[in-house]
Amino acid sequence: MAGAEPLPIVRLKHWGRWVSAVVIVALLVLLGFALAQAQIEWDSVPDFVFYRVMAVGLLNTVVLAVISQAVAIVLGILIALLRRSANPVAKWFAAAYIWLFRGLPVLLQILIWYNLALIFPTISIPLPFGGYLVHEPTNVLISAFTAALLGLALNESAYMAEIVRAGLTSVDVGQTEAAKSIGMTPGATLRRVVLPQAMRVIIPPTGNDFINMLKGTSMASVIGVTELIHAANNISSNNLLVMETLIAAAIWYMVVVTVAGVGQHYLERSFGAADRGPAARVGKALRGMPLVRSARV
Amino acid sequence: MSEPVVSGPLLRAVGVRKSYGNTEVLKGIDLEVHRGQVVCLLGPSGAGKSTFLRCLNHLETIDAGQVWVDGEPIGFKLRGGKLYELREKDVARQRRDIGMVFQRFNLFGHRTALENVVEGPVRVLGTNPDQARAEALELLDRVGLAHRADAYPAQLSGGQQQRVAIARSLAMKPKLMLFDEPTSALDPELVGEVLAVMGTLAREGMTMVVVTHEMAFAAEAADEVVFLADGAVVETGPPETVLKNPEHERTRQFLARVLS
Repeated sequence: MAGAEPLPIVRLKHWGRWVSAVVIVALLVLLGFALAQAQIEWDSVPDFVFYRVMAVGLLNTVVLAVISQAVAIVLGILIALLRRSANPVAKWFAAAYIWLFRGLPVLLQILIWYNLALIFPTISIPLPFGGYLVHEPTNVLISAFTAALLGLALNESAYMAEIVRAGLTSVDVGQTEAAKSIGMTPGATLRRVVLPQAMRVIIPPTGNDFINMLKGTSMASVIGVTELIHAANNISSNNLLVMETLIAAAIWYMVVVTVAGVGQHYLERSFGAADRGPAARVGKALRGMPLVRSARV
Repeated sequence: MSEPVVSGPLLRAVGVRKSYGNTEVLKGIDLEVHRGQVVCLLGPSGAGKSTFLRCLNHLETIDAGQVWVDGEPIGFKLRGGKLYELREKDVARQRRDIGMVFQRFNLFGHRTALENVVEGPVRVLGTNPDQARAEALELLDRVGLAHRADAYPAQLSGGQQQRVAIARSLAMKPKLMLFDEPTSALDPELVGEVLAVMGTLAREGMTMVVVTHEMAFAAEAADEVVFLADGAVVETGPPETVLKNPEHERTRQFLARVLS
């Protein structure tokens, strides 16, 4: 009987999917109605997006984020290496560094750097036979921009140290031993063998952190750095169109974050090349790109 | 600089001791290997074969004894009758002359077969990249893998990876080659291709110390076989003697289990 002749198959009806799809669309339509009734002067938003002060804010946001992240990566690698070193003092120092700079809120760190002049009015580095290498009022040395950079970079460097450490640990010790066996020095082994392979583990969370960093620069507005939020506030203090200027700033954040996300995607693809077989050629081609190449070391 | 001893053994290990915590894994091992000789280290797992091999290029530090390669104490500098421990950077210089092939291949995963072979000559020896490339292709050809030069390790079989690893070591033009169970991680049908490459190398006069469980390879390629157990040398001799008519009961037991 059974199996003797073909029986028609009735597919499962996914009623739940239909219901949830309808609910989601309905909610979105309601949201659309709400926004249409909102008292927003939509026409003014495109103008604000391209205001001169917005351009300045965008530039400062991007520059502050890029420099802070770059400094954080360099410091992070250094701290990660100290954390892994055989020297107990270095190990302890690295752990304490991470504990401190990861533990304090970024805003608090920025404020401390900004107000450093209150406790150290001048910063001097004396030379051994009289005179000074540096002898300047703290207010001159640490501008609002520098204070924001220090706060953001040092906080992020603690996170980077942990990311780099995880990356280094992920590379099999056999790779180090093989490098040693062909006579590579510890430095060359790290640069040529371990770090490039640790990148696969390091890049995704670093990309995440960089996106966070782009948004985190908004905290610099508190100490008067003209980044996107401060620029938006500048405009709205004249015309009181608070929401419209904030939306203009929001648009720029989304643009910058999207660009960063695309960049991360390509970096990941390039460093995963060796695992993917047929697609390896794409990765090889990408590794030839100057930007990607410089990011490897 | 100490004088290279041309007539004496290329490798001389004297009373090598090594402990991990309270466990002594090497209890004073002596070994002499002359130029062009192939020596196989045999023994049950846990005998200390691999640890001893790793002491020969200072991947493991030794607690006592000495390892001399071509008249130089490995990991140390002889001055005024004392052995001064070398910095890792200076040990790296000594390791240039000592090739090593690992059980788990350890090819650089982010580099192609060719790039793996080129890395040492270019980065360590400072060979001109074009020349290094040509020599690397020749070496890959010798191990039968010229056609896979652009493949990444993950795209190669275990046997192919191990042959690339051998080529990578040979690219440094080493005086001595160490093999740490080079076929133990391979599927049985891939063991032959690696042993064939090693056999050729032995016939061409490469000085080799091989930790292996392949009795047939030891019987055929080795000039001398060293049987280790519990961190000490039990017996040493030509393969015909040690493998066919062992003197010690411990060796007989091991061979009976391995060859059955």
